[in-house]
Formats: sequence, C-alpha cells, structure tokens
Amino acid sequence: MSFIEFKKVSKTYGDQPVLDNINLSVKKGEFVTMVGASGCGKSTFLKMLSGQESASKGQCLLDGQPLTGEPSVDRGIVFQKYSVFPHLSVLDNVILGLEFAQSKLLARLFGKARAEAKEKAMNLLQRVGLHSAANKYPHELSGGMQQRLAIAQALIKEPKILLLDEPFGALDPGIRADMHQLILDLWQQTGTTIFMVTHDIGEGFYLGSRLLVFDKIRNDPMAPNAWGATITYDLKLNQANHGQLAKSGDDVQEHSLYNDIQHSVHATARVQNEAGISTGTGA
Amino acid sequence: MRRLINQRISRPLAFFLGTLPFIIAIVLYMAASAERLSENPNDKLLPAFSTMGDTLLRMATEENKRSGDILLWVDTLASLERLAMGVGISATIALLLGLTLGALPLFRANLSPFTTAISMVPPMALLPVLFIVFGLGEVSKVVLIVIGITPYLIRELQSRVSELPTEQWIKAQTLGANSWQLMLRMVLPQMLPRLVDALRLSMGAAWLFLIAAEAIASTEGLGYRIFLVRRYMAMDIILPYVAWISLLAIISDQLLKQLNRKLFPWYQPQ
Repeated sequence: MSFIEFKKVSKTYGDQPVLDNINLSVKKGEFVTMVGASGCGKSTFLKMLSGQESASKGQCLLDGQPLTGEPSVDRGIVFQKYSVFPHLSVLDNVILGLEFAQSKLLARLFGKARAEAKEKAMNLLQRVGLHSAANKYPHELSGGMQQRLAIAQALIKEPKILLLDEPFGALDPGIRADMHQLILDLWQQTGTTIFMVTHDIGEGFYLGSRLLVFDKIRNDPMAPNAWGATITYDLKLNQANHGQLAKSGDDVQEHSLYNDIQHSVHATARVQNEAGISTGTGA
Repeated sequence: MRRLINQRISRPLAFFLGTLPFIIAIVLYMAASAERLSENPNDKLLPAFSTMGDTLLRMATEENKRSGDILLWVDTLASLERLAMGVGISATIALLLGLTLGALPLFRANLSPFTTAISMVPPMALLPVLFIVFGLGEVSKVVLIVIGITPYLIRELQSRVSELPTEQWIKAQTLGANSWQLMLRMVLPQMLPRLVDALRLSMGAAWLFLIAAEAIASTEGLGYRIFLVRRYMAMDIILPYVAWISLLAIISDQLLKQLNRKLFPWYQPQ
C-alpha cells in the first residue's frame, strides 16, 4: 500500500475547474517537487494535502485513511512568509509545538519539562544553524534565517509529511543555495516525505526525487477557465545527478525533459496572461 | 525646484515650525487679554496668565474653606479614578469579546450584528437611562465610559484578529494547537499591543464621556468643577483646568505608548 494516494481527484471552485483527474501514489520518503504556471493548481494541490481544501471529487488517502479536512500534526508546513510567530523568540517558536502537545490547558511548559523541551529545541536549532540566535525575535532575523526557523518549528513535531509552499521564493540566490543544501540534508537525515511547490523548474529538478508538472492539457483562449489542470509529467529523478542537471546537462534525457517542461509551462503561462487571468493568488 | 510633496525639512526648521503655532496662540491671547484688561481691569473673559497662575496655585495648595479639601487634587483623583475604572472595564470586555468574535465563526455569526448595532447607539443619548437605572452615583459615570468606548474596542480587536495572516492559523494547527491553545498562545499575545493602540485612540472619547457625565451630576471631578464655576464666569479656573485635563490626556497617551514599547518589543505597527 502506498503512503499517500490520490484517486481520480478533482477540485472545482464554483463552476470553475482547477484540477482534473489527479491520480498519484507516493511512497514514504520521496521528495516530490511540483512546478507549473501560476493558476495551474499546484498550490491548490498542496492545500488539499494540508487540509486547507478538500477534494470536490475523488479520494485523498494518507496511510489508507482519508485526509482530515483541517490541518493536523501529521503534516508540517512552511510558507513563503508569515510562517513564524512574530511575538515569540526563536527558541519559543520551536518549543511551541511541544507545549501544545504536553500542556493542554495552558499550552506552556515550566521547570523540568521546559528544560527538556528547550534542549530538544536547541538541538534542532543547532541543526538548522540558528542556535546562536535563539533569543532573538523573528523580525531581527534575515529572510533566510526566518525560513530556517520555520523549518525547525515544523520539524520538532516530526511530521509524516513536510509541505513546502515556495519556501525559498523570496530569498536571494546565494541564500537559496544554502537553503537547498539544508533541506536536502534534513530530508536525508529524517527520511520524511516532502512535497514542495516551486516556481523555479531548475529548483524542482535539483531538489526532488520526483517531479510533478501541473499544466493544462487543453487551453481555450476564448474560455481560459473552462478546463482544469492536471499532472502532465510525473518524473522519477536520478538522485545521483543531484545538482548537476540545471548546470551542466550531463544527463541528456533529463536535460531535454527540462527544456520540454520549461517550454510547455511558459506556453501555458503566456496563454493565461494574454487571456487576462489574474494568477498567483493561491488559486 | 522640487515638488512640494518631496520637500525635506531639516530638524531645526521642523522644531521651529512646530513651536510656531504655540507661540502665536500664546502671543495672540496675551495681546487680547491685555487689551480687554486695559479697558476694564475686572474683566473676566480673558484673564491674564498671572491671574490664572495665582488661581491654579490656590486651587492646588489651599484648602477649600467650606469642604477643607484641596480642590484640584480631589477633582483630579475623582476623575482619574472614574476614567481608569471605565477604561479598564472596557478593555477587559473588549479583549474577551474581540478575541472570541475574531477567532470563532460561531460566535461571530451570533454576536457580530448585535455589537455592530449597539455601536451605532449614541452613548450620550443613553445617559438619562443610565441615571435612571444606576442612580446619580459613580456607577452611571463609569458605565457611560464603558458603553461609549467598548463597542469600538471590540470591533477594532475583531478586525485586528482577522488580519492575522492565514499562514499563522494553519501553522499553529499543524503544530497541534486546539482552538483554545491557539487563542491563548497565538492570538491573545499578539492582540495585547493592538489593544493598547486602540485604547490610545479611544482615550479622547473616554474623557469626553467622563466630563459630560460629571457636568450633569457630580459633587467633585474636573468636569464638574468646570461646569460649576461657569456660573461665575470664572475663566481663571476654567482655562487652567482645561489645560490640566489636556496635559493629563497627553501624559496618559505617552504612558500607553511607552508601555507598548517596553512590554512588546517585537511589535512594530505597519
């Protein structure tokens, strides 16, 4: 039995189809990256995984059980921004997840319990390279450090799935490379299953063990909203090539796929743009 | 030549420009006062600064012949006590209701139309009702302040809660928070500084309701004193009292501002 399974899933908002006929089966420990033009449903797909949205048709299963209709501890999440709590220090942001679990009434730990939680949190902060900033507030951190914090905050719950919604989209290129290394290290250490939405196709190839492309099979320029998107490519990526593809193109097959995907994603984006569809609002 | 909207004002110039209106107002008053007093030394309408200073000193240091009280302090204490009670009670109610309405759809659906309707009732129009129900004592003055500012505070907090980014709500849930924990650890602490901000904005209204209630039925208080001595056209008392009230308002505003800075260093209003 597969770990996560989508069976004939579609999603419509009102009478507007967003996703059509999604069939997908993901094993434990895969790193699934998702690319596609804006408005092609990759964020909607992620929201179905997180429990923010439910499928209009079909079934979404986690470990054979239907996904619950609201966010839960099974599924950690990191957004592009606003992922951390501004009123808590770095350390408290990470401890918070433990406090929710261990102190139902006050959601606060004291004494020995807090000391233990603190030790666990500091370990995690060490791993993401934030231990020296433990007592700072998030607004005192750079964008990259805030994302490191958001990742640590999610990981302390040891989620079955980690959902990343364009987590590095707002970072400078150099910082982004560091973050790529960090997330790959964490993925290899924890063995958690990761789903990551990205705008950057190269990033999708580079990070993922599997790449999904969301695209519209049919595009009607006169009625651009008439058709939903689906998964047009589902690629197993060669992990041995990690990081090579986008730069050198050693792997001829993957390189031509990269070009194909880039071509079709850009074409869809152009059609949508000309049709005046507003995108990028999370639909 | 730069556009007017792009002009940059240096610090010394800004200071000079800022103080100028104060100086002009004082000079104009002194001139008008001197003019009237030269025609009639007993004129009461525009007393000289020296007269007002003497009167204020007397009010602040000498015991009243009839009651044995030092009036300025008795009045100030009475008014501040009412104000603090009214504002304190309002803040508590607003925090409870604002959070509940902002975070829980069930309660929002249930109570939001009601609070909106209540906030439309002019509080002053309810003052007679309050006097009838609660009598002429302290309660009705405090209640007037509460009725006057609580609806605004509730609505303000409710909308501040709904402005918290969706990402935070999702994140807290993925960390395992139930609704109660989420409100306790995520919403409440982030609302406290916003409540203080809202209080700063509603202090003006609170003073208004306080002085109005004191003017109508009271035996001491800053508002009571002003309206009492109006009968004798005692501008030498009224004007210093008004200045004193304004000063108290400025001080309380600054105190709240500092409180926010000290207690919530993470808070940066947009």
